[in-house]
Amino acid sequence: MSAEYILETRGLSKEFKGFVAVNSVDLKVQRGHIHALIGPNGAGKTTFFNLLTKFLLPTRGSIVFNGNDITTEAPAQTARRGIVRSFQISAVFPHMTVLENVRAALQRNLGTSFHFWKPESTLFHLHDRARQLLAEVDLQDFADELTVNLPYGRKRALELATTLALEPELMLLDEPTQGMGHEDVDRVTQLIKKVSVGRTILMVEHNMNVVSSIADRITVLQRGAIIADGPYAEVSKNPLVIEAYMGTVDTALQGAH
Amino acid sequence: MTKAAKLIRVTYLGLLILALIAPMLGLYPVFVMKLLCFALFACAFNLLLGFTGLLSFGHAAFFGSAAYVTGWLIKSQHFTPELGLLAGALASGLIGLVVGAVAIRRQGIYFAMITLAIAQMVYFVCLQVPFTGGEDGLQGVPRGALFGLISLESDTAMYYLVVAIFVASFLAITRIVSSPFGQVLKMIRENEPRAISLGYQVDRYKLLAFVLSAALAGLAGSLKTLVMGFATLSDVHWSMSGEVILMTLLGGVGTFFGPAFGAGIVIALQNMLADKVGSWVTVIIGVIFVLCVLAFRKGIVGELQAYLRRRQR
Repeated sequence: MSAEYILETRGLSKEFKGFVAVNSVDLKVQRGHIHALIGPNGAGKTTFFNLLTKFLLPTRGSIVFNGNDITTEAPAQTARRGIVRSFQISAVFPHMTVLENVRAALQRNLGTSFHFWKPESTLFHLHDRARQLLAEVDLQDFADELTVNLPYGRKRALELATTLALEPELMLLDEPTQGMGHEDVDRVTQLIKKVSVGRTILMVEHNMNVVSSIADRITVLQRGAIIADGPYAEVSKNPLVIEAYMGTVDTALQGAH
Repeated sequence: MTKAAKLIRVTYLGLLILALIAPMLGLYPVFVMKLLCFALFACAFNLLLGFTGLLSFGHAAFFGSAAYVTGWLIKSQHFTPELGLLAGALASGLIGLVVGAVAIRRQGIYFAMITLAIAQMVYFVCLQVPFTGGEDGLQGVPRGALFGLISLESDTAMYYLVVAIFVASFLAITRIVSSPFGQVLKMIRENEPRAISLGYQVDRYKLLAFVLSAALAGLAGSLKTLVMGFATLSDVHWSMSGEVILMTLLGGVGTFFGPAFGAGIVIALQNMLADKVGSWVTVIIGVIFVLCVLAFRKGIVGELQAYLRRRQR
């Protein structure tokens, strides 16, 4: 396996009726990295994410994962290859219990998901593993709670646990700390750091404190195109980036302390 | 076992006993049988709306075409009742496969419209093909003898067959919902993009759910033909599709027993009021429906469950 890069995009573009949302992006994500994708609002980050997970089809270009061209695969197929995404708003199953949410992911590998004649008890042996995963994100005490009743930060933690259940090689996190208070942001940041061991993470993130503290590499998008790429210290001094964010080159990037 | 679970068991047991002794209580068996057929129809429909989150506006196509298939096979081809029922359910399952394969490509209102459009085509076919009897429908379908042994001509024998089929189908639906497959349906209902991102090919699950729902709705239609001895155009008419939605919402969508309960209310009202107020019965049921949607949106059984859950806390 081409060891260094787990994911590569080549000339990836998406146009919506003449508007170019993603413009010829060449991105390389190194195996084992936490790679952050940043950029001002409307820079095309989420569109880019949707292309990677096949929720949108690219107008041009290709996506290569572990040496395989996955450009034309269906989203569920991509997930089976080991790319699992999270969403900007928390992606949980609200009217299932916390434990059932994690079990939903674990169940897939049993191969019995079309067996409509089997009782639910054939899934109970997954509960031990599900509880382990919940413990990893400090949710073990909420296992039997209905998910809709959890506070926002906990829902995001649950989403991480569910994603982890699939043992993904590459996790795509779309603004994991969006809409959170300080304590939740810290908790989730630490969680991401913790679960990044042994896998690769590509995340869209607005919060510079989060990016500067855990990202190994940063790519900055503006108007659908890459304007900078490199480690945080380098990127944050790039005049193009400062201008994109602040509108002027006089100020240093916020959060760069 | 929790208190709520115990209560549910006791309720089901009570209902089962009630169903078993109903003929001795002086309830007209044909009425109860008709009620159970529609209860099964509504439960089958609810498998799709309540447990998968798909609103089909064409379920009469499955109910009605199975009614015709069973009627024709028994009357003209001299099938035994059990084979007639089975063939009816299979036929509507097959139609469900075709309709479902087309409809699941779209979501929400478009899904509903596609099912409605195809159901209208099925209606037209039923009106035109020779074996359905056109405007007159299929009349005088004999009940025959179960397995060629037990005559169903007596209402009592027929009644217990209907109860048995209803109970078995009801249990089958509860099993489907709680099975590994049912868990995936729940995921689709709760958050479809998330189910996809976990690697589930949701279209295949939706299609299987659609086929199962169609086959069970068909079984209900077949059973109705056997009980009443006729299959008519009103079985495939779009208003039947509307009626089953009404029954399900009235009783409680997404609850196990709600749709059956809703069917009971609608059929009982139709039965009691038809000769007193004539076609005004539609207006009365409409008003009840509006009140239900305004005042207790979870439906009767749904609200009852929510109330019990609140009390438990």
